[in-house]
Amino acid sequence: MKKVLEVKQVSVSYKEGKSRKEVLKDISFEVRENEILGLVGESGCGKSTLSKAILGFVKTDEGEIVHHTERPQMIFQDPFSSLNPSKRVEWILEEPLRMQKIPKERRKQKVLAMGEKVGLTTEQLRRYPRELSGGQRQRVSIAAALIQGAKFIIADEPVSALDVTIQKQIMELMVHLQEEMGLSILFISHDLNVIYQMCDRVMVMKDGKIEEQQDTEDLFAHPKSSYTKLLLEGLPQ
Amino acid sequence: MKKKQKNYNLILGIFIALFMLLFLLAGLFYTPYDPDAMNGAAKFAAPGTEHLFGCDHFGRDILSRVMKGTGTTFFVAVSTVVLGGGIGILVGAFTGYFGGWVDEVLMRFNDVVFSFPHILLALVFIGVLGPGKYNVILALSVVFIPSFARITRGEFLAQKEMDYVKSARLMGVSHLRIMFVHIFPNTLPSVLSMAAIGFNNAVLAEAGMSYLGIGVQPPDASLGRMLSESQTYLMSAPWCAIFPGLCILLLALGFSLLSDGLLKKGGK
Repeated sequence: MKKVLEVKQVSVSYKEGKSRKEVLKDISFEVRENEILGLVGESGCGKSTLSKAILGFVKTDEGEIVHHTERPQMIFQDPFSSLNPSKRVEWILEEPLRMQKIPKERRKQKVLAMGEKVGLTTEQLRRYPRELSGGQRQRVSIAAALIQGAKFIIADEPVSALDVTIQKQIMELMVHLQEEMGLSILFISHDLNVIYQMCDRVMVMKDGKIEEQQDTEDLFAHPKSSYTKLLLEGLPQ
Repeated sequence: MKKKQKNYNLILGIFIALFMLLFLLAGLFYTPYDPDAMNGAAKFAAPGTEHLFGCDHFGRDILSRVMKGTGTTFFVAVSTVVLGGGIGILVGAFTGYFGGWVDEVLMRFNDVVFSFPHILLALVFIGVLGPGKYNVILALSVVFIPSFARITRGEFLAQKEMDYVKSARLMGVSHLRIMFVHIFPNTLPSVLSMAAIGFNNAVLAEAGMSYLGIGVQPPDASLGRMLSESQTYLMSAPWCAIFPGLCILLLALGFSLLSDGLLKKGGK
């Protein structure tokens, strides 16, 4: 199986007063081609720091992060702050293409095609983000992440801010796009239900360490670590 | 949906500002009399059909002089805002976006300039540069840089943490493009409101300095100079002071309402 990302023994710490606080401790894992890898853990366990480290927003103290694809893109939790409020949706979607020096006509075509793929109408493309619902905004974020042709996406709690029914639609859209376009997704969530429905494999994280990683079915049927068992007990059957 | 409230400040502000703008634009092309022409016979003529706003101690038509003077004052104020505001915005954008030691140094320097009263510092500059229209613009601009820098910096500091900026970085957008194409439009409500306040302060500062005789020099008419010249005759010929004063008031009021209205519109 080909890999899109390898994380090898990575540690990250923040300065806190005079001491340093270790947020990630000796993390190793890989993301394979064409899979959705779930990352689950309570808030504050280092999930977001890990995604920032992968994208290069945070410096690592030790270890190595190897990308086997170009430019991973990210889908953020808050569909309000992740879209520029003063730009129309079509402008936001065109911007990544401008960076690739694609001519105007071609850009317009690509934006329309991508809009259709994620379920946005031509009329919605002309609106400002504030004129869209949370679910529609998240569709825009997904389109923006994919439009440059990225093969590896990090999704940081992409459905946590949405209503349950909308959550389902966005999850289905992501799974559909993943299969159609052969994407690899690192899917971060605190919600085991969401993880169960979406992911091929799951990593459980606690206090900056990876407790265990398994195929989703195995993890839910036979959790190895006591922490995972604890998490699963909290779920309604 | 919340019901949209009418923004009376903005409407009234735009109305007054537009009125003053028309008034001074008209003054560029047409004044009833030559603003500098003296007429001994019309000395201290009271407002009437011949001279709508009356005449001053040299028999110069006050309406014509007010039209010209408003233009001068407006020019000084706008130049100050464009020059001081422009530099201030640049400084604020770079320090807010990049942070680090450059930010520290520039902001401490900013604090130093900020801690002096505006007008006092401008007086020092005039003392060095000498009086005159262009020196007033230069002095006021320097004095105005810190307030613009501070507001812009704060906005950039808040905006750069937003996810849309991170997203743009990931897509390969350059820092400069992020600063001025992505972030800057979102700071406009605050920056424009600051510009309106700055314009106001500049109008009052120019009037004040010209009043003291160190601002705009004769024969240029300026509202502050007219006030200063008319104070001797305040009791005998009050129209000499009332009309220039009214113009300063309207200019300041119009742009102050405009800035309030803009802030409200920006939702702050």
